[in-house]
Amino acid sequence: MKMTPAHYWYCFQGILIREYLRFIQQRTRFFSALVRPLLWLVVFAAGFRAALGIAIIEPYETYITYEVYIAPGLCCMILLFNGMQSSLSMVYDREMGSMRVLLMSPLPRWFLLVCKLISIALVSLLQVYAFLLIALLVDVEPPLWGYLAVLPALLLVAVMLGAIGLFISSWIKQLENFAGVMNFVIFPMFFLSSALYPLWKMQESSEWIYWICTANPFTYAVELVRHALYLKFDGTACSVTLATALIFSVFAIKGFNPQRAAGGGKPG
Amino acid sequence: MKINIPIAAATASLLLFSSLALAEVAYVSNEKDNTISVIDLDTYEVTATLDVGKRPRGIILSHDQTKLYICASDSDTVQVMDLATHKITKQLPSGEDPEQFSLHPNDHHLYISNENDALVTIVDTDTNEVLAQIDVGVEPEGMAVSSDGKIAVNTSETTNMVHWIDTETMALYDNTLVDQRPRFVEFSKDNKYLWATSEIGGTVSVIDVASRKIIHKVTFKIRGVHSDKMQPVGIKLSDDGKYAFVALGPANHIAIIDAHSFEVIDYILVGRRVWHMAFNADQSLLLTTNGISGDVTVIDVAKRKAIKSIKVGRYPWGIVVKSK
Repeated sequence: MKMTPAHYWYCFQGILIREYLRFIQQRTRFFSALVRPLLWLVVFAAGFRAALGIAIIEPYETYITYEVYIAPGLCCMILLFNGMQSSLSMVYDREMGSMRVLLMSPLPRWFLLVCKLISIALVSLLQVYAFLLIALLVDVEPPLWGYLAVLPALLLVAVMLGAIGLFISSWIKQLENFAGVMNFVIFPMFFLSSALYPLWKMQESSEWIYWICTANPFTYAVELVRHALYLKFDGTACSVTLATALIFSVFAIKGFNPQRAAGGGKPG
Repeated sequence: MKINIPIAAATASLLLFSSLALAEVAYVSNEKDNTISVIDLDTYEVTATLDVGKRPRGIILSHDQTKLYICASDSDTVQVMDLATHKITKQLPSGEDPEQFSLHPNDHHLYISNENDALVTIVDTDTNEVLAQIDVGVEPEGMAVSSDGKIAVNTSETTNMVHWIDTETMALYDNTLVDQRPRFVEFSKDNKYLWATSEIGGTVSVIDVASRKIIHKVTFKIRGVHSDKMQPVGIKLSDDGKYAFVALGPANHIAIIDAHSFEVIDYILVGRRVWHMAFNADQSLLLTTNGISGDVTVIDVAKRKAIKSIKVGRYPWGIVVKSK
């Protein structure tokens, strides 16, 4: 049977609705995903509240509190955890459950995986917006249009992180559990970026750390979101995020082999 | 629909002209650069930097806004700048090391505090004549004249006093002891109260003008900022009598005080070592000079938010806003 665009669209809708239903049914997962960044915002950032009032950093027009600085990084933290968690579960699900059913679809595998990544990303966005709403309580008040402008940035970052997650869980056997991913991927990615401190601060403490931060795609993801939220466009951050998303998507799709997990046999 | 192009063009240029006419400019004295920065409040950009005397600190506008008076502290003079040409047209005999001053409502009696000489000098800006020199406490600093022109007030940083001067007799008639290092004073619009900041004491004293007694002391507390850094300096009272804005120096914040209950209702983060402030004409904006960070922060008064910080010269000190 020849697949038409309608088939593709129908498939995307199906995957999206399923992700959405899963999101609604697992309300505890939604709240637990919010607790983590909120703790950072309310507890961690409060201690450093006045720490950043000493320099004006792009894209901000004036001095900001640490809460305001850290908020875009925490938005990306939500996307990072969600992307990694969901991608890991996709790999586990290769041999059973919905992923098995999904992969029986006559549509190409790359399309199914991209649909899945986009659906996960869209559902993650709801959590980011919920976080941004709560952040208003601690005076994180970006311009109103910033909430709209940040949408494509968040989507791109979510797809990038989902693709990285899928790539890691498909190619690196040793990391096939979440604790491993957490220690070796999530934490280094988050801490060695501009999410918690501006890069000039990192450079002040160590040139090495600064270079690692500038090589970390998560830094560019955070800066893309930060700039978009304040109605500015960071071309470098956008290009790096887009390129990383594309490269990792290609390798992730190549590496995602349903037979590998099932029998451990060679990809065929 | 047809559009008459010449009429449309004329209307457009009229609109453009009227918006230009409404635009305001801020003048900022840069203590370490010996300059005045001019900021266009439409674009928030520095449009000119003007050379003036050494160590310019206090600045005020003449009532018709055509002249800018500048305390050039290390040149021991008060300079008068014509704002149409941006040229210094006159140097007034100010006494040694003038720091702050206040212009009497009659528009030509300038009350100047001379920090090194423990004096207040009264100069006639028309005749260049020194009308009187009044002995006050050690290191006089803050200076204000009531809007009815009857009382002038000076603060002395080391004596920790507010000195009350009768403008008619040009003589001291009372002193009020306040907390350590009083830096700045401002009368309420109805002249019933005088607000005085004490930099080291960390307080703002609200003084009843009739009895010259302190009726309230305001203290400050900001989460994450050590109490030693609460060093109030500049004050601005809103014309509606509802709010007082206090610059907290190295605490890098502006405190907003309810002028009736004397409660601090908000703090706004600005640049480093915030010193003095100025409102624009309709008081929708408040501008602060941030000495160490070398910039001016613009605050949206209604929203109580800092909206922009503009780089100026080194150690910006005084600020005034003029309608264009």
